[in-house]
Amino acid sequence: MFRVYLDHMATTPLDREALAAMLPFLENSFGNPSRIYDLGSEAKEAIEHARESVARLINASPGEIIFTSSGAEANNLAIRGLAKANERRGMHVITSEIEHHSTLNAFRSLQKEGYVVTFLPVNSYGEVSVEKLESAITDRTTLVSVMLANYEVGTLQAVKEIAEIAHEKGALVHTDAVAAAGNIPVDVRALDVDALSLSAHTMYGPKGVGALYLREGLRIVPLIYSGIQEEGRRGGTENVAGIVGFGKAAELALKHLDKVERVRWLRDKLIEGVLEVEKVELTGHPEKRLPNHASFIVESVDGEALMMALSFEGIYIGNGTACISQVLRASPILLAMGYPAQRAQCSAIFTLGRETSKRDIEYVLSKFPGVVEKLRQISPLWKG
Amino acid sequence: MTEQKQPEIKFVEGIVPDAVEDVVYRMCPMHLMRLEERMKELKKGQILELQTDYEGALVDIPDWCRKTGNELIGVEDTGEFFKFYIKKTVD
Ligand SMILES: Cc1ncc(COP(=O)(O)O)c(C=O)c1O
Repeated sequence: MFRVYLDHMATTPLDREALAAMLPFLENSFGNPSRIYDLGSEAKEAIEHARESVARLINASPGEIIFTSSGAEANNLAIRGLAKANERRGMHVITSEIEHHSTLNAFRSLQKEGYVVTFLPVNSYGEVSVEKLESAITDRTTLVSVMLANYEVGTLQAVKEIAEIAHEKGALVHTDAVAAAGNIPVDVRALDVDALSLSAHTMYGPKGVGALYLREGLRIVPLIYSGIQEEGRRGGTENVAGIVGFGKAAELALKHLDKVERVRWLRDKLIEGVLEVEKVELTGHPEKRLPNHASFIVESVDGEALMMALSFEGIYIGNGTACISQVLRASPILLAMGYPAQRAQCSAIFTLGRETSKRDIEYVLSKFPGVVEKLRQISPLWKG
Repeated sequence: MTEQKQPEIKFVEGIVPDAVEDVVYRMCPMHLMRLEERMKELKKGQILELQTDYEGALVDIPDWCRKTGNELIGVEDTGEFFKFYIKKTVD
């Protein structure tokens, strides 16, 4: 069966070049990078080469990159590690209501430990309120964390503006760029952020490896204690093959950034076609969004049912996040944007990749209306 | 339990260093690795300020100084971390 994968926010396929770069480190080059003999030093060199590639992707210097086991760990390390390192200055920290759970739950863990956490609201486009940030921030605020792009509605946040406000009050700024990196240019200097999270598997690298950019000169309390790995900031013998694959993926992501306009064009075609079906609405910001991202509310069609039904046609899409939505079936992000619970269940997310073709989009548009109609016929909510 | 003999440490204030190395919150043995690296860069007579929150450094760094023949001028306790002042006295 013809297969069209449009769930690149959940994960991307592993690029063949990244896989090829990884293989030697799963076979003969198995040495521990902490050993100074050749088998160890070749692994160490490969890690340092990957560090340079990841740094280059976001305009950081290699010493500012800390490899982690995931985007989630990078978020946890940034949030807990920076809050703890600056605890003497204050115990107020700020984030938004529409962050990934790895961010939200890291902040909730701080809340339990006595920190005051402000969760900034968003408007109906999913944009974090800069005015609310201005009124919430104080001289005791040590950290502000707002994602660069939201994976569920694609909306881009005003991180540069947020950083300016935060820095004026002496607070540090972290941004989760897991959904953004590889899809739009990401420059830590231009954004003026102090910390930024990445994950390899959303940019054609392997799963189980991420990175935290941490501005040179900043202190961070570790999350995982061991020894000298990652300059004493993240313990554990390195995932050498994973890191090498990440480095190659970062190199390719930079190289392929010029494909963005083609992806945007295909995405716009998809939006246009999907919106021809009645009672379908685009979610997120119409312009200030990731170029590969199209998300909708398909009235009276349960997001999970739609995802499953399309998969039977060989079409893979996303439907928001699990978490409480497993029980409530409603996307917490759409709820935060002001959608009523019933409509927030009807989320459909199409995220394109650099391998997506015009034929893929045409295939999706040939199947989508029929699948929606069938599901609506059996939906108790559909009034026709 | 055996009794551990703590080396005597002088607590100081207001030393002006020639170089500063910050390894606060970095895990052991980064304080020793960075100490060795940075001391190599200094000239004889120059002073390194090494910042660390690792309590074990109160034993390790005097030990390292004794072994290498460099002078530990003293330690400043900021309450949050220690500042070790080490003078390069050997080439
Ligand atoms: C925005 C965002 N942040 C963080 C993560 C977590 O990354 P990982 O899956 O590597 O833990 C994801 C996962 O896709 C994500 O979309």
